[in-house]
Amino acid sequence: MTTATDKNWTRSLRKAGEAAFPPERLLPDSQPSYVASWIYVFGALTMAALGVVTATGLVLAVMGPTWWHHSSTGHFINSMHLWSVELFFFAMVVHLWGKFFMAAWRGNRTLTWITGVVSFVVSIGTAFTGYLSQTNFDSQWIATQAKDGINSTGGGAVFNVLNFGQMLMWHITLLPIGVGAIVVFHVLLVRRRGVVPPFDLSPVKEEVAQ
Amino acid sequence: MTKSSRRFNIDRDVAPWTGASRPYDIAKEVAICFLVIGLLTVGLSVLFSSPDDPAVTLKQWAVSTPIDFATTAATELDGTGGTAGYGPPYNTAADGPKVLGISPAKIAGVHIPVDAAKDFVLSPVAALPENPVASQAIATYEAASVAQRQSWAANYDAAVTASTASTSGGKVIVVPGDYGPVSTIVDQLVAMAQSGALDTTMLTQQRFFSTDFTKPLLFISDGSFLANKAAIDHLQGDQWGMMNETGSWPGQAWLWLYTMWYQVPGLSTSDNADLQVFLIIIGLTLLLAFLPFIPGLRSIPRWTRVYKVIWKDHYRNT
Repeated sequence: MTTATDKNWTRSLRKAGEAAFPPERLLPDSQPSYVASWIYVFGALTMAALGVVTATGLVLAVMGPTWWHHSSTGHFINSMHLWSVELFFFAMVVHLWGKFFMAAWRGNRTLTWITGVVSFVVSIGTAFTGYLSQTNFDSQWIATQAKDGINSTGGGAVFNVLNFGQMLMWHITLLPIGVGAIVVFHVLLVRRRGVVPPFDLSPVKEEVAQ
Repeated sequence: MTKSSRRFNIDRDVAPWTGASRPYDIAKEVAICFLVIGLLTVGLSVLFSSPDDPAVTLKQWAVSTPIDFATTAATELDGTGGTAGYGPPYNTAADGPKVLGISPAKIAGVHIPVDAAKDFVLSPVAALPENPVASQAIATYEAASVAQRQSWAANYDAAVTASTASTSGGKVIVVPGDYGPVSTIVDQLVAMAQSGALDTTMLTQQRFFSTDFTKPLLFISDGSFLANKAAIDHLQGDQWGMMNETGSWPGQAWLWLYTMWYQVPGLSTSDNADLQVFLIIIGLTLLLAFLPFIPGLRSIPRWTRVYKVIWKDHYRNT
């Protein structure tokens, strides 16, 4: 019976998922008592800002890349896209510094830390291609300057910042998928490992299993 | 200690939490965060809007600063222009920035071929319809030896950058000299650009539908018009421009560390700065990502004691 269960990929996957993410861990209604600081809010604020960035970006995508130049509604949506991006990075950077000062990688949370850094880097790339997709003077200037940095690495051979069509596709498909995937993975790791405890300042002598 | 265990390290490990819990409502927290961010976004958008400086055209450039336009065209012909002498991925005129004698750009090679003289100057002028003056000038230029072309272009380049160069009715006037057909070709290009025809021609060199602005952007960035406009908006590299935005709006402030390196003496004047700064940033990013594995760096949070502020309630109660 056990052998039959193990051979069923679907059942094994479901059981692994249930073991790693029981509902009370995915959607907790209690936290350790040390989770009591405003700094903890910035992770959720980052997620909320990402939601607004995505929603406003979807509207801009539906209407096309030059709509916002000749529509007051479009300009307002573009303004919301810009300001939600600014809020997203502000919240993300505060969250990152907060986690740094908590040494939040402790207790088998290294991958959580690394995925956080990676999501920050991929978000920078997404914002950068957004600036290139504005179809105005700003995007002209940024493209002509950034090309030197990208080309110096050899990357200009395949990632041409002067090619508006290519940058738009990166901005509205490839990089958002990347940010979304890494953020979901990051959040799942946070739920899996929980919030890092404070430094235990009492002398500790025990060993740690590798 | 067994092979599968190691000594407790306060900067890597935690003791299992056995303390109290407190009520928490993740759904409410997320909902409130969405509300706060949504209201802030709308409020900031209403109050400050967003910048939108129209794109610069070749026509604006040629009308506003015809001498700069003509100078740039001449440098594309004599090979001293920004794109003409760029190197990979556009051409083989240079190797690109190097570190330790290695040029990644050269290794990657030419993948977006650009012949600056042909693509920016000769082909557009040759495409002028029913213009025997332009056709004759192009024919004369192309029939000449490479050395002769170079001599004509260099002579015109020197003349148009001299203080004696002037404009009259939008036309560029230079002192008489041995320019061959180059002065005619440049005059035709200036007139074409001033009419707006060059903007269209440089795009339709490719095909009817195009979203690739590589060539017009390269050409326009070889001149001073775009850069001068950027300097007014404090967007130049030596103005921390990478993190700035047109007007007074916030830009990509998160690039402060990247642009900071371009202000550092030595790097700010280095021919290889683009590659050097990129490698520094890659190195710093890797340090940040793998910080949990780096002794010393991973102890900074404990040494700085900022955690005592974050967990002040916890330490007060224990």
